[in-house]
Amino acid sequence: MNDPAIVELKDVRVSYGEVPALENVSLTVYEHDFLGIIGPNGGGKSTLLKVILGLVRPHHGSVSVFGRPPGQVRSRVGYVSQRSFFDRDFPASVWDVVLMGRYSSAGIMRRYGHQDRHQAEKALAMVGMLEHRNKQIGSLSGGEQQRVFLARALVAGPGLLLLDEPTASIDSTMQTEFFELLEELKYSLTIVMVSHDIGAVSVYVDKIACLNRQMYYHGSREITPEILEATYKCPVQLIAHGTVPHRVLKEH
Amino acid sequence: MPGTADRPRHGAPQGLEGTLIMLEALQYEFMRNALMAGLLASVACGIVGVYVVVKKVVFISGGIAHAAFGGVGLGYFLGINPITGALFFSLASGLTIGVITSRTRIAADTAIGVLWAIGMALGVLFIYLTPGYAPDLMSYLFGSILTVPFSDILLMLALVLVIIAITVAFYKEYLILCFDEEYGTAVGMPVEKLYFLLLAMIALTVVVLIQVVGMILVIALLTFPAAMARQFTHDMKKMMLLAVLFGFLFTLGGLWLSYVLGLPSGATIVLFGGTVLAASLGLPRVRERYRQSGKAA
Repeated sequence: MNDPAIVELKDVRVSYGEVPALENVSLTVYEHDFLGIIGPNGGGKSTLLKVILGLVRPHHGSVSVFGRPPGQVRSRVGYVSQRSFFDRDFPASVWDVVLMGRYSSAGIMRRYGHQDRHQAEKALAMVGMLEHRNKQIGSLSGGEQQRVFLARALVAGPGLLLLDEPTASIDSTMQTEFFELLEELKYSLTIVMVSHDIGAVSVYVDKIACLNRQMYYHGSREITPEILEATYKCPVQLIAHGTVPHRVLKEH
Repeated sequence: MPGTADRPRHGAPQGLEGTLIMLEALQYEFMRNALMAGLLASVACGIVGVYVVVKKVVFISGGIAHAAFGGVGLGYFLGINPITGALFFSLASGLTIGVITSRTRIAADTAIGVLWAIGMALGVLFIYLTPGYAPDLMSYLFGSILTVPFSDILLMLALVLVIIAITVAFYKEYLILCFDEEYGTAVGMPVEKLYFLLLAMIALTVVVLIQVVGMILVIALLTFPAAMARQFTHDMKKMMLLAVLFGFLFTLGGLWLSYVLGLPSGATIVLFGGTVLAASLGLPRVRERYRQSGKAA
């Protein structure tokens, strides 16, 4: 591997009170990786992203993002959460929302400038939402909203994109469109995507990590049913093989 | 008697001389003060009301307003301006609610209930302990826009300027905070500090509005104009400007009605605003037409 490491986690341990969320997790993400993190609900996937974002401090182990402590490089990290629970009547346009992504570039108490607006236009064009810029964000469909949130994550010109279940709340046609958009982006970006949708992950990502408090697997996307069973701690059926979606029968 | 010397309502510029001035001039002075009070209240409730409504902290605001009664009581007890006491109490209760909701596991509505009740109980006790009669108590509870003294107008003006300054400085931050607090944290915004500052702004607004509708009805001016404005725009700046406008309309309209019908001003302002709001919500056709023309513009 000649690509430099963008994210490096070593023996990371996080717990909420008595409940361990991550145990001895080590992970390296290289430049231009498109990594999918799968695992059962409550397996620590979101926590892992929060560690990379610098929102959760590990109790043990080390984290570096772009070779620096996380939190110091926020303007280089784009983040798309699970659909945010805002009021559909909220008084903000698509344009307003995308500009929010320029927050760390503009800085506290500063107004958005010419450069910020230029980048916002570019990001909206990239996700194909420029024509909707004046619409109220709540009036868009779920898939369109996620595109806008993706633009918000891209607008700061990040080197690393973190996606937390980005397609959890949108219908399957929209999901496909969203993943195809990511496929285009992966050539210029490093992407880490958390999902419990094994099918989608196995089709679009290049590398997979299986997480259930511990890291069960970390490598290329060809994973075996045994690895999935070990991660989910229950039988997982492969509906087909290769790049066709799999299905988790039971989650526990 | 503490309290008597500094009775705020009697501290108005006219004082004793007031009786000597022609009735017409007196009315003019009162009217001018009332208009200024109404305008300042509209600016405060227009701006902060939008935050209160979109961030859904209406009942936190209600809690702050009622807890401020403790400060009014303390004002009477110490013989200082009850409005000063209310300012102190509403700021303290706002920050207490902020600390409790963001740093403990106590639910927000529990914290609101506790502070609301303790504030009012303290107010009742302080007033009981104050020797003699508490003048103008009703005007703090239910508002009395026609008797706002000029000194209080100056205080209102100062508070409104502080509110405007904070809003201009942190407009972009508050848009993020209201829209998606989690995202704000993710991009490194000082979310908690900004939230505390917002509660402080609400506390200042409560003090500004007490004069107009009274602490019991403060919640009306914090919500009606913003809820009204929300129907016509999806731009937060425009929503604030419209809310200021509607606030002034409600205040003036209510004041005029109360004069014509001989009713208490605070309650009439609230009922007038409530009626207009209910009517506007009940006329979705008009609403839709305005939205369309807003989009075309």
